[in-house]
Amino acid sequence: MFKKILLIAMAVLMAMAGSAFAAPKKGGTIVMGRGADSPGLDPAYETDGNSFMVCDNIYDALVGFKEESTDLKPGLAESWDISPDGKTYTFHLRKGVKFHDGTDFNADAVVFSHGRQLKDKSGCKFFKKTWAWPKGAPAPEYWLSMDMDNLIESITATNEYTVVYKLKKPEAPFIANMAMDFADIASPTAVLKYGPDYITHPVGTGPFKFVKWMKNDRIILERNDAYWDGAPYLDRVIFRVIPDNSVRFLELKQGNIHICQYPNPEDLELAEADPNLTVITQPGMNVGYLSFNHTKPLWQDKRVRRAIAYAVNKPAIVDNIYYGMGIPAKNTIPPNLWSYNDDIVDYEYNIEKGKALLKEAGFFEKLKAAGQDKITLWCMPVARPYNPSGMKVGEALQADLKKLGIDVELVTMEWGTYLKKQRKQDPSMDLFQLGWTGDNGDPDNFLAVLLDGLADPNVRTQFKDEEYHKLMVQGREVTDKAKRTEIYRRAQQIIHDEVAMINMAHSIVAQPQSKRVQDFKLHPTTSIYFHRVWLK
Amino acid sequence: MLYYVFKKLAQVIPTLLGLSVLIFLMIHLVPGDPAEMMLGERANEQSLKELRHQLGLDLPLYVQYGRFIGRLVQGDLGRALRTNEKITTEIKEHFPATVELSLVAIVFAIVFGMLAGIVSATRQYSLFDYGSMVLSLIGVSMPIFWLGLVLMIIFSVKLGWLPLSGRLSYDIVLEPITHLYLVDSILQGNWAAFKDALHHLIMPAFTLSTIPMAIIARMTRSSMLEVLRQDYIRTAKAKGLSPRIVHYKHALKNALIPVVTIIGLQFSILLGGAILTETIFAWPGIGSWLLHSVYARDFNAVQGGTMIIAIVFVLINLLVDITYAWINPRIKV
Repeated sequence: MFKKILLIAMAVLMAMAGSAFAAPKKGGTIVMGRGADSPGLDPAYETDGNSFMVCDNIYDALVGFKEESTDLKPGLAESWDISPDGKTYTFHLRKGVKFHDGTDFNADAVVFSHGRQLKDKSGCKFFKKTWAWPKGAPAPEYWLSMDMDNLIESITATNEYTVVYKLKKPEAPFIANMAMDFADIASPTAVLKYGPDYITHPVGTGPFKFVKWMKNDRIILERNDAYWDGAPYLDRVIFRVIPDNSVRFLELKQGNIHICQYPNPEDLELAEADPNLTVITQPGMNVGYLSFNHTKPLWQDKRVRRAIAYAVNKPAIVDNIYYGMGIPAKNTIPPNLWSYNDDIVDYEYNIEKGKALLKEAGFFEKLKAAGQDKITLWCMPVARPYNPSGMKVGEALQADLKKLGIDVELVTMEWGTYLKKQRKQDPSMDLFQLGWTGDNGDPDNFLAVLLDGLADPNVRTQFKDEEYHKLMVQGREVTDKAKRTEIYRRAQQIIHDEVAMINMAHSIVAQPQSKRVQDFKLHPTTSIYFHRVWLK
Repeated sequence: MLYYVFKKLAQVIPTLLGLSVLIFLMIHLVPGDPAEMMLGERANEQSLKELRHQLGLDLPLYVQYGRFIGRLVQGDLGRALRTNEKITTEIKEHFPATVELSLVAIVFAIVFGMLAGIVSATRQYSLFDYGSMVLSLIGVSMPIFWLGLVLMIIFSVKLGWLPLSGRLSYDIVLEPITHLYLVDSILQGNWAAFKDALHHLIMPAFTLSTIPMAIIARMTRSSMLEVLRQDYIRTAKAKGLSPRIVHYKHALKNALIPVVTIIGLQFSILLGGAILTETIFAWPGIGSWLLHSVYARDFNAVQGGTMIIAIVFVLINLLVDITYAWINPRIKV
């Protein structure tokens, strides 16, 4: 009897071990369902997540992101050195890597891929082969928005496998930029061969090769057996366009696709109840916020800003308007970004404290003196992952502020006008809602871009604080990560203490998928990597 | 007849010119700066200025229109801002999908709609008449996206007879030549692909056909009824001709004229892209393409795409006019 029990126990244990540590299986086709097609597949000129998710699998950059984090790891560069003054970056490239078209990956390919985006091409020097620059290329939007032209002085291939970047000023986030999609390395031969049609004939060094694109229907990739980081398990990856959220989810339930991007929130419960499906989640690299017109004297009193912070019932807003697809934010950067300051304790929902602060600051007298009997709250007219409905959030805030005795008028307008007037800090604007989606996973990309009003009049919140500005400048000059972490933790403390803005929410990406899909990890940057994924 | 065709063709030119002005103004006079919207949260004064310059938005409106029309007459619609692909290429890839879907839908609509209309007219106030007219009322008023989803749940999820969405299963390989998959699969002798494409067509085509079908049925019925009351029909009946000959040979041909107009009109509406049907069934046609372009503020693509659809609309109406003259020689004046 005892023997029998032992045998059964062993069998059960073995079965459990089998399922938990199953070896990845080679082969199979994975089908990913998404809402829209990729505009193009030349990462230098794309700006859209639907393009990047395909490029993520065709191309590599010099530097890569680690799994489920924005920490960096070597990519096509095995290692890199940064000069003590933070202005020279030397990348040592991987040897023996080939593009999908059979041509060699080398330093000249790097100079070409980045040089074609650089405005002043005189700063580019090839080592062996001098490529002609493609003619009539569109503006590299991402390159421009990351201000790379004002950053890079020269790109030089000093030998077959070494590239040196000289910067005009020290900029620590530069290394994170090198992991972004626009910095992917493309085959110069293919770019020149296809010209403007390269967007539909992508050639990189990545784990999958491009096979075919049926516009607005599907993009097909196949395994690159010669991949330098080990051949992927899947034979093929298909990205299918299914615009309607309900139909996309039905296709998943029917087993016709394996992954369903961006489902309707109400379908997530169905997915969790389905024995064949599972739901994976990841906080999005974004923030939705409420901020002040810092150019108006009314909002320059810290006590007033703090009073507003006490009156905002964040958990209620996130629960009722984000439908569980968000988490309340206490910091400007999301929790999966390095340097996130978890020691900060958010202002609790406390109307009494708010009222007391307003009284102390003499807010209502000042409001009257400014010739106002109410304040305006600007609400975004478009839905964003970080704010699904500006108007609904606005209504909730209106009710919250009413409890402080403040009358709020909700204002909304067409999106282009909204963005323009907001940027100019329109005098009629008191409070406004907006948000930000991070680019490169560097805290600078949130904290400086959104709040360093002393650096640039285009910064959306014209928050002007000497110490904060100094920290931001320092954060770019210092390349040591531990030191930078300290700097950004301090910056987050200032945002909290000064109530530079009220961080409302970070979105949550929830993705239902078939239980057959193994080792698929959502990435904070919303990149999609199929390299290590396999099908059971 | 040739003179008539020529005259109609000459009328098309001012119509198209007027349309081009209208489309251009509609896109350029609506409030909102396309550059500001394209750059979104990232916009700053410098990048906005550069983008506006690159898109030619800093030029006076009449210069922009002149460029647009100048390229248009050469058959060049420029490049889509969203994809940087030639707009003519994008239309070539997406329009056939819509044509294939619309053709099958209009055939459904004509066959079933006319049949129902004729039978209802010849058996006025019968049970069939009431039944088909109630059905056609439902057909006109049913929301397409709801009907599409219900059909999917019945025929794909519950019965498993038809595929849910798309034009081809993912394991079927077909080299697009004309981009009409039924034609392409025949050309390549790929019968598995033909069967698969046909299966994928049935549900969306039926969904798309409900409205035109209902309209055609009602139109055929009322037009038939009117003709059946004419003197010459009574004469024919009095001559002792069989009802079948009276109905199909004498009445139908005359009753068809307004029906042909309706069919032409409905078909050109379908060709304009059935945004709802295409979206529900993940059908990569011109309607969903245009919708994506609108979302992306791609005014080049919207301008070009709308212009092409307008041209197709005008051409089909021209064709209807000519068919008219052919059915009824009295019109040719």
